[in-house]
Amino acid sequence: MRDLTNDLLELIRRTSTDLPADVERALVAARQAEAEGSAARGALDTILENVALARRDSSPICQDTGTPIFTVRHPSGWSTRALREQIRKAVAEATARAYLRPNAVDSLSGKNSGNNLGDEAFPTIHFEETEGAVLTVDLMLKGGGCENVGAQYSLPHAGLGAGRDLEGVRRAALDAVHQAQGQGCAPGVLGIAIGGDRGSSFLASKEALLRPLDDINPDAALAELEARLLGEANELGIGPMGFGGQTTVLGVKARSLHRLPASFFVSVSYMCWAHRRRRMVVDGDRVRILDRSEP
Amino acid sequence: MIDLTLPLSETSVRDLHVGDPVALHGVMVTGRDAAHKWLVETFVKRTRAAQGDDAQAIDGLRPLLAGGAIYHCGPVVAGLDTRAYRFVAAGPTTSTREEPYQAEVLQHFGVRAVIGKGGMGARTLAACQAAPAVYLHAIGGAATLIAKTVTCVLGVYKLDFGVPEAMWVIEVDAFPAVVTMDAHGQSLHAQVEARSRTALDRLLAS
Repeated sequence: MRDLTNDLLELIRRTSTDLPADVERALVAARQAEAEGSAARGALDTILENVALARRDSSPICQDTGTPIFTVRHPSGWSTRALREQIRKAVAEATARAYLRPNAVDSLSGKNSGNNLGDEAFPTIHFEETEGAVLTVDLMLKGGGCENVGAQYSLPHAGLGAGRDLEGVRRAALDAVHQAQGQGCAPGVLGIAIGGDRGSSFLASKEALLRPLDDINPDAALAELEARLLGEANELGIGPMGFGGQTTVLGVKARSLHRLPASFFVSVSYMCWAHRRRRMVVDGDRVRILDRSEP
Repeated sequence: MIDLTLPLSETSVRDLHVGDPVALHGVMVTGRDAAHKWLVETFVKRTRAAQGDDAQAIDGLRPLLAGGAIYHCGPVVAGLDTRAYRFVAAGPTTSTREEPYQAEVLQHFGVRAVIGKGGMGARTLAACQAAPAVYLHAIGGAATLIAKTVTCVLGVYKLDFGVPEAMWVIEVDAFPAVVTMDAHGQSLHAQVEARSRTALDRLLAS
C-alpha cells in the first residue's frame, strides 16, 4: 500500500487552481451569448481571465476554497484509516502552501483551526470499497456562497403548486434558482436529488455535480427534465453574477433515490461557476489526475 | 471605466449610477461576518463590552472607514508565518449576510463604499441614499485576478477572528467593480429580482 500524501496534495492543487475543461468551455459559450458591452459579458470576461491567471500562477481560482469533499473508492486491502490520515496531512500541507484557505471554524467558539482540519466531518471524506484493482479519489471544493443557496423541498408544496411528480420537481428547482439569484456566483450548476431522506438526498445532489457537464442522463425521464430545466432556468434572465443576462445555469444534473411512502424530498445543491472538481486514479504505480470531463 | 481614489468624497459618490464600471485606487479594509457583528455590537449598539485589543483596533480602523470602503472578502494570504503578508486570492464573499449590520456600519463609521457580491437589501439601499454611499459589485470567484490589484498589505486587525474573517488593510490599484446600488435609490439587484419573478410566474403558470 503506497503513501498517497504527495499525490493527494497535487490533486488538491490542481482542483483549486485549474478549472476543468468542460466548465471552461461552458463559460466561453456563455460569454459568446451575452451582448457586447453588457455587464454580463464583462463579468464573464473577468471570470475567464481569472481562470487563465489562476492556472498559470498555480493560485486559487476562488479564495473560498470551500469544504474539501473527498470520495474514495478503493479495492479491498487498503486501510481507510491510513488513507484518512494521508488526506488530512495533504489538506494541512495544501493550506500551508496557500492552495487552500483555512476554512474549518469551530461552531461554538468561532475559532478557525488555521489548517483546515476540524472534526471528523472536516474535511469530508466518503469511503467505498469497489471491485478490481484501481483506486479513485474524487475531490470537489464547494464554497460557502453557493452552499448557502442550496435548498430542500418537501413535496407537496402548496405555494409552488408542486405535487409528488416530475412537474413538482421542476417547480421546486426553478424556485431554488430564483431564490438564489446571483448569490451562488451564477452561472452555476444544479445538482438535484429526488427522494431519499433529508441526509441522503442532499448527499446525492452533490454527487450528481461530479458528472461531466456535457453528458446525458441515461434515464430518459431525467434527461428530459435536465434539458427542460436548463432552458427554463436560463429564461429567468438572472444572468452571470445576477447582473441580468442569457446564462443563469451552465448545467443541470439530476438523480433519483428510493424514498419512504411518507416523504418526497427534492434537494438542490447549487455549484458556483468555479466548479472545482478533479479525479485521481491510482492504478498500480501509475497515478493520474483527470479532468472530470474525461471518460 | 471610472477611476475612483479612496477615500471618496460625497460628490464622487453621488456622481455614480447603477451600471457604472469603476476602478478603485487607494486603501480599503476587508470585513465580513465576524467583523460586522463585532463593529455593531461593540461600538454602535454597545451591547458587548470592548475587550482585549478592541480599543486599539477601532482607533486604527475609524480613520480608514471614514469616507472609505469596506470589502466583504475573506482572502487567501501567504506569508502568515513571517508576517510578510501577501494576498494570493481575494474575491468578494456574499454580501447579504451583512444586511442586518450594514446600515449601522455605514451610518456610524461614515463608510462611503461597500464592496461585495450578490447585492444587498432595502435597508442598506436606504442607508446608501442617506449617507450617501454606494454598493460596488466585484466579480465573485475572480480571486486571483483581484488579488493582483492588491499592491500591498498594510496591516491587519482582529487576526484572532481567523484569516478569512480578520480586517485586512490593503492598498489597491485598479480594483475592478460595477456600481449595482447607488446613492439615488437604484438597485440592479431589485430590478433583476423583479424581472426574474415575472419570468418565474410565467413558467409556473404553464
